[in-house]
Amino acid sequence: MSFGPNPWLQQHWDWRAACNFMFGGAGAGLVIAAALLEDSRAAIALGAGLALVGAGLACVWAEIGRKLRALHVFFNPFTSWMTRESFAAVVLFALGIAALATGAPLLRIAAAAAAAAFVFCQGMILFAAKGIPAWRRAEVVPLIVATGLAEGASAALIADPGPGVLALAAGALIARALAWARYRGALADRRAAAVLEPAGRALMQLGTVVALALLALSWAVPVAVWGVAAAAVAAGWRFKFVLIARAAFNQGFAIPIVPVRGARGEGGRP
Amino acid sequence: MTRWVMVADLRRCVGCQTCTAACKHANATPPGVQWRRVLDMEVGEYPEVKRVFVPVGCMHCADPPCMHVCPSTATRKRADGIVTIDYDLCIGCAYCAVACPYQARYKTDEARFAYGEPIASEAKRFDPGRLGVATKCTFCADRVDAGLAKGLKPGVDPEATPACVNSCIAQALHFGDIEDPQSNVSQLLAENHWFRMHEELGTDPGFYYLWDRKEAAA
Repeated sequence: MSFGPNPWLQQHWDWRAACNFMFGGAGAGLVIAAALLEDSRAAIALGAGLALVGAGLACVWAEIGRKLRALHVFFNPFTSWMTRESFAAVVLFALGIAALATGAPLLRIAAAAAAAAFVFCQGMILFAAKGIPAWRRAEVVPLIVATGLAEGASAALIADPGPGVLALAAGALIARALAWARYRGALADRRAAAVLEPAGRALMQLGTVVALALLALSWAVPVAVWGVAAAAVAAGWRFKFVLIARAAFNQGFAIPIVPVRGARGEGGRP
Repeated sequence: MTRWVMVADLRRCVGCQTCTAACKHANATPPGVQWRRVLDMEVGEYPEVKRVFVPVGCMHCADPPCMHVCPSTATRKRADGIVTIDYDLCIGCAYCAVACPYQARYKTDEARFAYGEPIASEAKRFDPGRLGVATKCTFCADRVDAGLAKGLKPGVDPEATPACVNSCIAQALHFGDIEDPQSNVSQLLAENHWFRMHEELGTDPGFYYLWDRKEAAA
Protein backbone atom coordinates (compact mmCIF):
# COMPACT_ATOMS: atom_id res chain seq x y z
CA MET A 1 0.00 0.00 0.00
CA SER A 2 1.30 3.45 -0.89
CA PHE A 3 1.31 6.11 1.76
CA GLY A 4 1.86 8.89 -0.75
CA PRO A 5 -0.69 11.51 -1.63
CA ASN A 6 -1.70 10.10 -5.01
CA PRO A 7 -4.70 7.79 -5.26
CA TRP A 8 -3.95 4.09 -5.33
CA LEU A 9 -6.03 1.03 -6.11
CA GLN A 10 -8.15 0.06 -3.13
CA GLN A 11 -7.07 -3.27 -1.66
CA HIS A 12 -10.09 -3.98 0.53
CA TRP A 13 -12.48 -5.49 -2.00
CA ASP A 14 -10.94 -8.08 -4.31
CA TRP A 15 -12.28 -10.66 -6.76
CA ARG A 16 -14.58 -12.09 -4.10
CA ALA A 17 -16.47 -8.81 -3.80
CA ALA A 18 -16.42 -8.48 -7.59
CA CYS A 19 -18.02 -11.93 -7.87
CA ASN A 20 -20.92 -10.76 -5.75
CA PHE A 21 -21.65 -8.08 -8.32
CA MET A 22 -21.00 -10.42 -11.26
CA PHE A 23 -22.99 -13.42 -10.05
CA GLY A 24 -25.54 -11.44 -8.07
CA GLY A 25 -26.38 -9.13 -10.95
CA ALA A 26 -26.71 -11.93 -13.50
CA GLY A 27 -28.67 -14.05 -11.03
CA ALA A 28 -31.09 -11.23 -10.28
CA GLY A 29 -31.51 -10.67 -14.03
CA LEU A 30 -32.34 -14.34 -14.50
CA VAL A 31 -34.97 -14.22 -11.76
CA ILE A 32 -36.50 -11.13 -13.35
CA ALA A 33 -36.55 -12.81 -16.76
CA ALA A 34 -38.08 -15.94 -15.24
CA ALA A 35 -41.25 -13.97 -14.56
CA LEU A 36 -41.76 -13.81 -18.34
CA LEU A 37 -41.20 -17.51 -19.02
CA GLU A 38 -43.61 -20.43 -19.29
CA ASP A 39 -44.02 -22.44 -16.11
CA SER A 40 -41.95 -25.40 -17.21
CA ARG A 41 -39.03 -23.24 -18.39
CA ALA A 42 -39.25 -20.69 -15.61
CA ALA A 43 -38.04 -23.13 -12.99
CA ILE A 44 -34.71 -23.54 -14.80
CA ALA A 45 -34.10 -19.79 -15.01
CA LEU A 46 -35.34 -19.20 -11.49
CA GLY A 47 -33.20 -21.97 -10.03
CA ALA A 48 -30.12 -20.83 -11.92
CA GLY A 49 -30.74 -17.25 -10.86
CA LEU A 50 -31.02 -18.14 -7.19
CA ALA A 51 -27.92 -20.30 -7.43
CA LEU A 52 -25.95 -17.42 -8.93
CA VAL A 53 -27.13 -14.95 -6.30
CA GLY A 54 -26.22 -17.48 -3.63
CA ALA A 55 -22.79 -18.00 -5.16
CA GLY A 56 -22.18 -14.25 -5.16
CA LEU A 57 -23.18 -13.95 -1.52
CA ALA A 58 -20.96 -16.92 -0.66
CA CYS A 59 -18.03 -15.14 -2.29
CA VAL A 60 -18.60 -11.99 -0.26
CA TRP A 61 -18.99 -14.09 2.88
CA ALA A 62 -15.58 -15.58 2.11
CA GLU A 63 -14.13 -12.07 2.09
CA ILE A 64 -15.42 -10.74 5.39
CA GLY A 65 -13.02 -10.84 8.31
CA ARG A 66 -15.40 -12.26 10.90
CA LYS A 67 -17.38 -14.96 9.16
CA LEU A 68 -19.26 -16.19 12.22
CA ARG A 69 -20.70 -12.71 12.71
CA ALA A 70 -22.20 -12.59 9.23
CA LEU A 71 -25.70 -12.10 10.60
CA HIS A 72 -24.63 -8.70 11.94
CA VAL A 73 -25.02 -7.54 8.36
CA PHE A 74 -28.74 -7.14 9.08
CA PHE A 75 -28.25 -4.57 11.85
CA ASN A 76 -28.40 -1.30 9.92
CA PRO A 77 -31.30 -1.09 7.46
CA PHE A 78 -31.68 2.61 8.25
CA THR A 79 -28.67 3.80 6.26
CA SER A 80 -26.63 0.87 4.93
CA TRP A 81 -27.29 -0.39 1.42
CA MET A 82 -25.37 -3.55 2.27
CA THR A 83 -27.94 -4.33 4.94
CA ARG A 84 -30.73 -3.55 2.51
CA GLU A 85 -29.15 -5.82 -0.09
CA SER A 86 -29.09 -8.59 2.52
CA PHE A 87 -32.76 -8.13 3.33
CA ALA A 88 -33.60 -8.10 -0.38
CA ALA A 89 -31.66 -11.36 -0.74
CA VAL A 90 -33.62 -12.99 2.09
CA VAL A 91 -36.93 -11.95 0.51
CA LEU A 92 -35.67 -13.04 -2.91
CA PHE A 93 -34.74 -16.51 -1.67
CA ALA A 94 -37.97 -16.92 0.28
CA LEU A 95 -40.13 -15.97 -2.70
CA GLY A 96 -37.94 -17.76 -5.22
CA ILE A 97 -37.93 -21.05 -3.34
CA ALA A 98 -41.69 -20.75 -2.78
CA ALA A 99 -42.14 -20.11 -6.49
CA LEU A 100 -40.02 -23.14 -7.35
CA ALA A 101 -41.97 -25.29 -4.91
CA THR A 102 -45.43 -24.20 -6.00
CA GLY A 103 -44.91 -23.03 -9.58
CA ALA A 104 -47.21 -20.11 -8.87
CA PRO A 105 -46.70 -17.32 -11.45
CA LEU A 106 -47.55 -14.63 -8.92
CA LEU A 107 -44.73 -15.78 -6.67
CA ARG A 108 -42.37 -15.61 -9.64
CA ILE A 109 -43.41 -12.02 -10.25
CA ALA A 110 -42.92 -11.20 -6.58
CA ALA A 111 -39.47 -12.85 -6.69
CA ALA A 112 -38.66 -10.75 -9.76
CA ALA A 113 -39.52 -7.61 -7.80
CA ALA A 114 -37.22 -8.74 -4.97
CA ALA A 115 -34.49 -9.44 -7.53
CA ALA A 116 -34.91 -5.95 -8.94
CA ALA A 117 -34.56 -4.54 -5.42
CA PHE A 118 -31.47 -6.70 -4.87
CA VAL A 119 -29.64 -5.48 -7.96
CA PHE A 120 -30.70 -1.89 -7.25
CA CYS A 121 -29.14 -2.23 -3.79
CA GLN A 122 -25.93 -3.42 -5.43
CA GLY A 123 -25.81 -0.25 -7.48
CA MET A 124 -26.48 1.86 -4.41
CA ILE A 125 -23.71 0.07 -2.48
CA LEU A 126 -21.23 1.42 -5.00
CA PHE A 127 -22.84 4.85 -5.13
CA ALA A 128 -22.56 5.20 -1.33
CA ALA A 129 -18.84 4.39 -1.32
CA LYS A 130 -17.60 7.97 -1.18
CA GLY A 131 -13.97 6.95 -1.00
CA ILE A 132 -13.91 5.64 -4.58
CA PRO A 133 -14.47 8.34 -7.22
CA ALA A 134 -15.30 5.77 -9.92
CA TRP A 135 -18.09 4.30 -7.81
CA ARG A 136 -19.70 7.29 -6.17
CA ARG A 137 -21.25 8.62 -9.39
CA ALA A 138 -25.04 8.41 -9.56
CA GLU A 139 -24.66 7.03 -13.07
CA VAL A 140 -23.24 3.81 -11.66
CA VAL A 141 -26.65 2.75 -10.35
CA PRO A 142 -28.46 2.39 -13.71
CA LEU A 143 -25.28 0.85 -15.13
CA ILE A 144 -25.21 -1.90 -12.50
CA VAL A 145 -28.96 -2.53 -12.81
CA ALA A 146 -28.90 -2.62 -16.62
CA THR A 147 -25.82 -4.85 -16.66
CA GLY A 148 -27.43 -7.40 -14.35
CA LEU A 149 -30.64 -7.36 -16.35
CA ALA A 150 -28.81 -7.71 -19.67
CA GLU A 151 -26.81 -10.68 -18.42
CA GLY A 152 -29.79 -12.42 -16.84
CA ALA A 153 -32.21 -11.86 -19.70
CA SER A 154 -29.63 -13.00 -22.25
CA ALA A 155 -28.91 -16.13 -20.24
CA ALA A 156 -32.64 -16.79 -19.88
CA LEU A 157 -32.87 -17.09 -23.68
CA ILE A 158 -31.23 -20.49 -23.32
CA ALA A 159 -34.15 -21.68 -21.19
CA ASP A 160 -36.81 -20.19 -23.44
CA PRO A 161 -36.19 -17.89 -26.42
CA GLY A 162 -39.77 -16.66 -26.40
CA PRO A 163 -40.77 -13.19 -27.65
CA GLY A 164 -41.08 -11.74 -24.15
CA VAL A 165 -37.56 -12.67 -23.09
CA LEU A 166 -36.20 -11.74 -26.52
CA ALA A 167 -37.65 -8.26 -26.16
CA LEU A 168 -36.37 -7.98 -22.58
CA ALA A 169 -32.87 -9.08 -23.58
CA ALA A 170 -32.73 -6.70 -26.53
CA GLY A 171 -33.99 -3.81 -24.42
CA ALA A 172 -31.60 -4.59 -21.57
CA LEU A 173 -28.60 -4.86 -23.91
CA ILE A 174 -29.39 -1.47 -25.40
CA ALA A 175 -30.06 0.01 -21.96
CA ARG A 176 -26.71 -1.30 -20.73
CA ALA A 177 -24.89 0.31 -23.63
CA LEU A 178 -26.65 3.61 -22.99
CA ALA A 179 -25.92 3.39 -19.25
CA TRP A 180 -22.23 2.77 -19.96
CA ALA A 181 -22.09 5.72 -22.36
CA ARG A 182 -23.72 7.95 -19.74
CA TYR A 183 -21.44 6.73 -16.97
CA ARG A 184 -18.35 7.07 -19.16
CA GLY A 185 -19.27 10.64 -20.01
CA ALA A 186 -19.63 11.54 -16.35
CA LEU A 187 -16.51 9.78 -15.07
CA ALA A 188 -13.98 12.39 -13.98
CA ASP A 189 -11.35 9.99 -12.63
CA ARG A 190 -8.97 9.70 -15.60
CA ARG A 191 -7.02 6.74 -14.26
CA ALA A 192 -10.19 4.78 -13.65
CA ALA A 193 -11.50 5.80 -17.07
CA ALA A 194 -8.32 4.52 -18.74
CA VAL A 195 -8.55 1.17 -16.93
CA LEU A 196 -12.26 0.83 -17.68
CA GLU A 197 -11.97 1.75 -21.34
CA PRO A 198 -11.04 -1.70 -22.74
CA ALA A 199 -13.75 -3.40 -20.70
CA GLY A 200 -16.22 -0.71 -21.78
CA ARG A 201 -15.25 -1.19 -25.40
CA ALA A 202 -15.87 -4.91 -25.05
CA LEU A 203 -19.20 -4.12 -23.42
CA MET A 204 -20.19 -2.14 -26.52
CA GLN A 205 -18.69 -4.37 -29.20
CA LEU A 206 -19.05 -7.89 -27.86
CA GLY A 207 -21.73 -7.30 -25.27
CA THR A 208 -23.96 -5.11 -27.40
CA VAL A 209 -23.25 -5.22 -31.15
CA VAL A 210 -22.31 -8.90 -31.37
CA ALA A 211 -24.95 -9.93 -28.84
CA LEU A 212 -27.71 -8.03 -30.69
CA ALA A 213 -26.56 -9.44 -34.04
CA LEU A 214 -26.70 -12.95 -32.64
CA LEU A 215 -30.09 -12.14 -31.15
CA ALA A 216 -31.38 -11.24 -34.61
CA LEU A 217 -29.75 -14.37 -36.03
CA SER A 218 -31.48 -16.53 -33.45
CA TRP A 219 -34.81 -16.04 -35.29
CA ALA A 220 -33.33 -18.17 -38.07
CA VAL A 221 -30.76 -20.16 -36.11
CA PRO A 222 -32.12 -20.86 -32.60
CA VAL A 223 -28.79 -22.15 -31.31
CA ALA A 224 -27.44 -18.59 -31.64
CA VAL A 225 -29.05 -17.77 -28.28
CA TRP A 226 -26.10 -19.53 -26.66
CA GLY A 227 -23.86 -16.99 -28.32
CA VAL A 228 -26.06 -14.13 -27.13
CA ALA A 229 -25.82 -15.37 -23.56
CA ALA A 230 -22.08 -15.96 -23.74
CA ALA A 231 -21.35 -12.54 -25.28
CA ALA A 232 -23.64 -10.61 -22.93
CA VAL A 233 -22.47 -12.38 -19.78
CA ALA A 234 -18.76 -12.42 -20.61
CA ALA A 235 -18.69 -8.71 -21.47
CA GLY A 236 -20.77 -7.79 -18.42
CA TRP A 237 -18.80 -9.88 -15.95
CA ARG A 238 -15.49 -8.62 -17.27
CA PHE A 239 -16.70 -5.05 -16.97
CA LYS A 240 -17.89 -5.47 -13.39
CA PHE A 241 -14.70 -7.26 -12.37
CA VAL A 242 -12.64 -4.37 -13.71
CA LEU A 243 -14.92 -1.80 -12.09
CA ILE A 244 -14.64 -3.40 -8.65
CA ALA A 245 -11.13 -4.81 -8.60
CA ARG A 246 -9.09 -2.87 -11.15
CA ALA A 247 -10.51 0.64 -11.58
CA ALA A 248 -11.34 1.40 -7.95
CA PHE A 249 -8.73 4.04 -7.21
CA ASN A 250 -9.29 5.76 -3.91
CA GLN A 251 -9.59 9.48 -3.26
CA GLY A 252 -5.96 10.03 -2.39
CA PHE A 253 -4.88 13.13 -0.50
CA ALA A 254 -4.80 16.71 -1.64
CA ILE A 255 -4.24 20.11 -0.12
CA PRO A 256 -5.86 23.09 -1.81
CA ILE A 257 -3.41 25.58 -0.31
CA VAL A 258 0.31 25.50 0.43
CA PRO A 259 1.28 26.73 3.91
CA VAL A 260 3.09 30.03 4.21
CA ARG A 261 6.55 29.40 5.60
CA GLY A 262 9.47 31.76 5.96
CA ALA A 263 9.21 34.86 3.80
CA ARG A 264 5.73 36.29 3.28
CA GLY A 265 3.92 35.50 0.09
CA GLU A 266 5.49 32.14 -0.62
CA GLY A 267 2.39 30.15 0.25
CA GLY A 268 -1.00 30.03 -1.33
CA ARG A 269 -2.77 27.95 -3.87
CA PRO A 270 -0.50 25.45 -5.61
CA MET B 1 -22.31 20.44 23.28
CA THR B 2 -18.75 19.34 22.68
CA ARG B 3 -17.06 18.46 19.43
CA TRP B 4 -13.50 17.28 19.69
CA VAL B 5 -11.41 18.25 16.69
CA MET B 6 -7.77 18.26 15.75
CA VAL B 7 -5.82 21.13 14.26
CA ALA B 8 -2.57 20.66 12.34
CA ASP B 9 -0.42 23.70 11.73
CA LEU B 10 1.19 22.90 8.37
CA ARG B 11 3.69 25.73 8.87
CA ARG B 12 5.10 23.95 11.89
CA CYS B 13 5.02 20.28 10.91
CA VAL B 14 8.53 19.05 10.02
CA GLY B 15 7.52 15.53 9.03
CA CYS B 16 9.44 13.87 11.86
CA GLN B 17 6.79 11.15 12.26
CA THR B 18 7.03 11.31 16.04
CA CYS B 19 3.22 11.46 16.15
CA THR B 20 3.11 8.30 14.04
CA ALA B 21 5.46 6.54 16.44
CA ALA B 22 3.59 7.84 19.49
CA CYS B 23 0.30 6.59 18.05
CA LYS B 24 1.76 3.16 17.39
CA HIS B 25 3.15 3.08 20.90
CA ALA B 26 -0.10 4.23 22.50
CA ASN B 27 -2.38 2.01 20.46
CA ALA B 28 -0.17 -1.01 19.76
CA THR B 29 -1.00 -1.07 16.08
CA PRO B 30 0.72 -3.78 14.01
CA PRO B 31 3.27 -3.16 11.24
CA GLY B 32 1.72 -1.44 8.23
CA VAL B 33 -1.09 0.07 10.28
CA GLN B 34 -0.70 3.77 10.98
CA TRP B 35 -3.71 5.42 12.49
CA ARG B 36 -1.75 8.68 12.46
CA ARG B 37 0.63 9.21 9.60
CA VAL B 38 2.37 12.17 8.04
CA LEU B 39 2.42 12.53 4.28
CA ASP B 40 5.48 13.95 2.59
CA MET B 41 3.87 15.82 -0.30
CA GLU B 42 5.47 17.54 -3.25
CA VAL B 43 3.31 20.35 -4.54
CA GLY B 44 3.74 22.28 -7.78
CA GLU B 45 5.94 21.83 -10.81
CA TYR B 46 9.63 22.50 -11.33
CA PRO B 47 11.02 25.00 -10.53
CA GLU B 48 8.14 26.07 -8.27
CA VAL B 49 8.04 22.93 -6.16
CA LYS B 50 7.31 22.92 -2.44
CA ARG B 51 7.46 20.16 0.12
CA VAL B 52 4.63 19.95 2.61
CA PHE B 53 4.22 17.56 5.52
CA VAL B 54 0.59 16.72 6.11
CA PRO B 55 -0.62 14.72 9.12
CA VAL B 56 -3.60 12.56 8.19
CA GLY B 57 -5.80 9.91 9.74
CA CYS B 58 -9.44 9.56 10.65
CA MET B 59 -11.02 12.99 10.31
CA HIS B 60 -13.85 12.15 12.73
CA CYS B 61 -16.34 13.62 10.27
CA ALA B 62 -19.60 15.10 11.48
CA ASP B 63 -21.31 13.28 8.61
CA PRO B 64 -19.14 10.17 8.34
CA PRO B 65 -19.76 8.04 5.23
CA CYS B 66 -18.16 5.08 7.02
CA MET B 67 -20.92 5.13 9.63
CA HIS B 68 -23.73 5.37 7.10
CA VAL B 69 -22.55 2.39 5.07
CA CYS B 70 -21.65 0.15 8.03
CA PRO B 71 -24.12 -2.78 7.91
CA SER B 72 -23.47 -3.92 11.48
CA THR B 73 -23.72 -0.54 13.27
CA ALA B 74 -20.19 -1.17 14.54
CA THR B 75 -19.18 2.32 13.43
CA ARG B 76 -20.89 5.03 15.43
CA LYS B 77 -20.44 8.67 16.26
CA ARG B 78 -20.42 9.75 19.86
CA ALA B 79 -22.17 12.89 21.06
CA ASP B 80 -18.76 14.57 21.31
CA GLY B 81 -18.04 13.89 17.61
CA ILE B 82 -15.58 11.02 18.02
CA VAL B 83 -16.25 8.26 15.48
CA THR B 84 -15.81 4.83 17.04
CA ILE B 85 -15.71 1.18 15.97
CA ASP B 86 -17.17 -1.59 18.12
CA TYR B 87 -14.77 -4.46 17.42
CA ASP B 88 -17.29 -6.96 18.78
CA LEU B 89 -19.93 -5.94 16.25
CA CYS B 90 -17.76 -5.40 13.17
CA ILE B 91 -17.93 -8.17 10.58
CA GLY B 92 -14.87 -6.99 8.66
CA CYS B 93 -16.67 -6.38 5.37
CA ALA B 94 -14.43 -3.32 4.74
CA TYR B 95 -17.32 -1.36 3.26
CA CYS B 96 -16.35 1.48 5.61
CA ALA B 97 -12.80 1.35 4.25
CA VAL B 98 -13.93 1.96 0.67
CA ALA B 99 -16.42 4.58 1.82
CA CYS B 100 -13.80 6.63 3.68
CA PRO B 101 -12.36 9.36 1.43
CA TYR B 102 -9.37 9.72 3.76
CA GLN B 103 -8.03 6.16 3.57
CA ALA B 104 -8.08 6.11 7.33
CA ARG B 105 -9.28 2.57 7.92
CA TYR B 106 -7.34 -0.65 8.13
CA LYS B 107 -8.26 -4.30 8.27
CA THR B 108 -5.68 -6.83 9.40
CA ASP B 109 -6.67 -10.43 8.82
CA GLU B 110 -3.76 -12.10 10.56
CA ALA B 111 -1.42 -11.26 13.40
CA ARG B 112 1.68 -9.36 12.27
CA PHE B 113 4.69 -8.41 14.33
CA ALA B 114 7.68 -6.22 13.63
CA TYR B 115 10.21 -9.08 13.65
CA GLY B 116 8.04 -12.02 12.69
CA GLU B 117 7.73 -13.55 16.14
CA PRO B 118 6.24 -11.16 18.74
CA ILE B 119 8.63 -9.46 21.08
CA ALA B 120 7.61 -9.26 24.74
CA SER B 121 5.76 -5.95 24.50
CA GLU B 122 3.92 -7.02 21.35
CA ALA B 123 2.88 -10.31 22.90
CA LYS B 124 1.59 -8.53 25.99
CA ARG B 125 -0.44 -5.97 24.07
CA PHE B 126 -1.66 -8.14 21.21
CA ASP B 127 -5.43 -7.97 20.91
CA PRO B 128 -7.02 -10.77 18.86
CA GLY B 129 -10.26 -8.79 18.90
CA ARG B 130 -8.70 -6.44 16.36
CA LEU B 131 -8.11 -9.15 13.78
CA GLY B 132 -10.48 -9.30 10.83
CA VAL B 133 -12.22 -6.06 11.74
CA ALA B 134 -11.87 -2.42 10.73
CA THR B 135 -9.62 -0.26 12.88
CA LYS B 136 -8.72 3.42 12.81
CA CYS B 137 -7.72 6.43 14.91
CA THR B 138 -9.92 6.84 17.97
CA PHE B 139 -8.70 10.33 18.91
CA CYS B 140 -7.41 8.36 21.93
CA ALA B 141 -10.98 8.36 23.23
CA ASP B 142 -9.97 6.29 26.24
CA ARG B 143 -7.44 8.94 27.30
CA VAL B 144 -9.98 11.71 26.69
CA ASP B 145 -12.65 9.94 28.74
CA ALA B 146 -10.30 9.03 31.56
CA GLY B 147 -8.99 12.58 31.66
CA LEU B 148 -12.45 14.08 31.75
CA ALA B 149 -13.37 11.74 34.59
CA LYS B 150 -10.46 13.21 36.54
CA GLY B 151 -11.56 16.75 35.78
CA LEU B 152 -8.79 17.34 33.26
CA LYS B 153 -9.13 19.33 30.05
CA PRO B 154 -8.43 17.46 26.79
CA GLY B 155 -6.03 19.40 24.59
CA VAL B 156 -4.59 21.22 27.58
CA ASP B 157 -3.75 18.50 30.07
CA PRO B 158 -1.49 15.88 28.48
CA GLU B 159 -3.09 13.05 30.41
CA ALA B 160 -6.40 13.80 28.68
CA THR B 161 -4.93 14.51 25.23
CA PRO B 162 -4.31 12.19 22.26
CA ALA B 163 -0.84 10.69 22.17
CA CYS B 164 0.05 12.18 18.79
CA VAL B 165 -0.66 15.71 20.02
CA ASN B 166 1.36 15.18 23.19
CA SER B 167 4.33 13.92 21.23
CA CYS B 168 4.51 16.61 18.55
CA ILE B 169 7.94 18.20 18.81
CA ALA B 170 6.91 21.31 16.89
CA GLN B 171 3.54 21.87 18.54
CA ALA B 172 1.98 21.48 15.14
CA LEU B 173 -0.85 19.26 16.39
CA HIS B 174 -3.57 20.56 18.67
CA PHE B 175 -6.70 18.99 20.11
CA GLY B 176 -9.72 20.60 21.68
CA ASP B 177 -13.41 21.43 21.68
CA ILE B 178 -14.41 23.49 18.66
CA GLU B 179 -17.77 24.28 20.26
CA ASP B 180 -16.02 26.16 23.05
CA PRO B 181 -15.04 29.59 21.67
CA GLN B 182 -12.35 29.92 24.33
CA SER B 183 -10.69 26.59 23.58
CA ASN B 184 -7.20 26.32 22.14
CA VAL B 185 -8.47 25.05 18.80
CA SER B 186 -11.17 27.71 18.49
CA GLN B 187 -8.58 30.39 19.13
CA LEU B 188 -6.21 28.93 16.57
CA LEU B 189 -8.94 28.75 13.95
CA ALA B 190 -9.98 32.32 14.69
CA GLU B 191 -6.44 33.62 14.34
CA ASN B 192 -5.39 31.67 11.28
CA HIS B 193 -6.49 30.73 7.79
CA TRP B 194 -7.41 27.08 7.56
CA PHE B 195 -8.86 24.44 5.29
CA ARG B 196 -10.15 20.92 5.63
CA MET B 197 -9.29 18.10 3.27
CA HIS B 198 -11.81 16.99 0.62
CA GLU B 199 -14.37 19.35 2.08
CA GLU B 200 -16.28 19.26 -1.20
CA LEU B 201 -17.44 15.73 -0.37
CA GLY B 202 -19.65 17.08 2.40
CA THR B 203 -18.29 14.95 5.22
CA ASP B 204 -17.68 17.91 7.55
CA PRO B 205 -14.31 16.60 8.75
CA GLY B 206 -13.09 17.37 12.27
CA PHE B 207 -9.46 17.86 11.24
CA TYR B 208 -8.34 21.41 10.38
CA TYR B 209 -5.16 22.50 8.64
CA LEU B 210 -3.69 25.93 9.36
CA TRP B 211 -1.75 27.53 6.52
CA ASP B 212 -1.24 31.24 7.39
CA ARG B 213 -1.88 33.92 9.98
CA LYS B 214 -4.98 35.97 9.30
CA GLU B 215 -3.54 39.43 9.78
CA ALA B 216 -0.60 38.66 7.49
CA ALA B 217 -2.82 37.63 4.61
CA ALA B 218 -5.13 40.65 4.96
